[in-house]
Amino acid sequence: MSGVRVLVGTRKGAFVLTSDGKRERWNVDGPHFGGWEIYHLKGSPADPNRLYVSQSTGWFGQLIQRSDDGGKTWTPVGNKFEYDGVPGTHQWYDGTPHPWKFARVWHLEPSLTDPDIVYAGVEDAALFRSTDGAQTWKELPGLREHGTGSGWQPGAGGLCLHTIILDPKNPNRMFIAISAAGAFRTDDGGKTWRPINQGLRSDNIPDPTAEVGHCVHHVAMHPSRPDALFMQKHWDVMRTDNAGDSWREVSGNLPTDFGFTIDVHAHEPETIYVVPIKSDSEHFPPDGKLRVYRSRTGGNEWEPLTKGLPQRDCYVNVLRDAMAVDSLDSCGIYFGTTGGQVYASPDAGESWNPIVRDLPAVLSVEVQTLA
Amino acid sequence: MIRVVIPAHLRTLARVGGEVSVDVVGEPTLLSVLDALEAQYPMLRGTIRDQVTQERRPFVRFFACAEDYSHEPANTPLPAAVVAGTEPFLIVGAMAGG
Repeated sequence: MSGVRVLVGTRKGAFVLTSDGKRERWNVDGPHFGGWEIYHLKGSPADPNRLYVSQSTGWFGQLIQRSDDGGKTWTPVGNKFEYDGVPGTHQWYDGTPHPWKFARVWHLEPSLTDPDIVYAGVEDAALFRSTDGAQTWKELPGLREHGTGSGWQPGAGGLCLHTIILDPKNPNRMFIAISAAGAFRTDDGGKTWRPINQGLRSDNIPDPTAEVGHCVHHVAMHPSRPDALFMQKHWDVMRTDNAGDSWREVSGNLPTDFGFTIDVHAHEPETIYVVPIKSDSEHFPPDGKLRVYRSRTGGNEWEPLTKGLPQRDCYVNVLRDAMAVDSLDSCGIYFGTTGGQVYASPDAGESWNPIVRDLPAVLSVEVQTLA
Repeated sequence: MIRVVIPAHLRTLARVGGEVSVDVVGEPTLLSVLDALEAQYPMLRGTIRDQVTQERRPFVRFFACAEDYSHEPANTPLPAAVVAGTEPFLIVGAMAGG
């Protein structure tokens, strides 16, 4: 029988939530790596039992662990992330040059076809790749060195490469996003990169339409249409239909267009989900109501989804990597909050139930649909 | 044999219960003990000192015989009691959390 495995990264450990295809009863396994910050964990599309996890603390730095049995057991693998050559400087918050320094891995993206290949997006922003199951890592320096890197500035969370999207139709094409530099694309397997930020407008930077400097929070793609990308920017929800060559705003009737996460329905490429957040200083939902907004028209026209979600006194946040979808016939939507709840909707957002209510603050949510 | 006490999180990572013992070739120093510890427990690489710069992590301290060795040069010899195995070398995570 089919089922789902929800991989949850929190401030104090990882949790693995499993259910059958009905998604009514859940088994909660964890905490794994208790006491460590789990920025992200994700399974290989080519081998669902192969999982990778990013584990870190301010005390003991960065670890990567790997599971080959779906999260039952874990093995520490390579954690040496050394920038290629002399990394130079990026800009600090005050505009002064600041040396590039590795802090942590924000996102792990396993290859679509080879379980031993995995990409790591790190802070300070760079992209690394492992081809041996995360035993060793090499930077793809063409991103950091393509020309604008010295002008990148960190967002509030740091200069982090937080989004990696692999094009399922073109193995040489990949998209990444960095706060607060913007989105970038490679068409040659990661050797060379270019900014893809035309159409973004950020009124809080000196040149609102600059080539780089935009605080992109997250980007999502439907695998059947890899040229269509949806972006939750610091402010504004955006879309492109030409692989990032140009973007247009689709915030439409959202109550606020600030937010962190965004995702796409598994079977409907024009159905997208966001969680509006009041503002960049008030990281909670407007009016104390936790509402997922869904657009079935690829943006602009949005409807609130509230059944089962708290509609009063709710002041949690939903972080950029904390929403995911399954690919069962009735698409399941999942998201985690900084209040430690993980909500699931087995009916594409019509209704919601908490799988768990009291985890540590949720940093990331990924879902595996199991045969 | 040098006795080494490591923080609880690292004991879990290294899958050891209490203190560990490491063999050091030549005169035991801060550097040679850390090298021996990481050789015996490779999963600890990068957790006590940065993998690239080899600098001690800011929230990690070194103590031996009630003395603070955190800021001593890497080639500093360890005290005789640690070399003799009557005292452990302590790797301590800084107290933090309120």
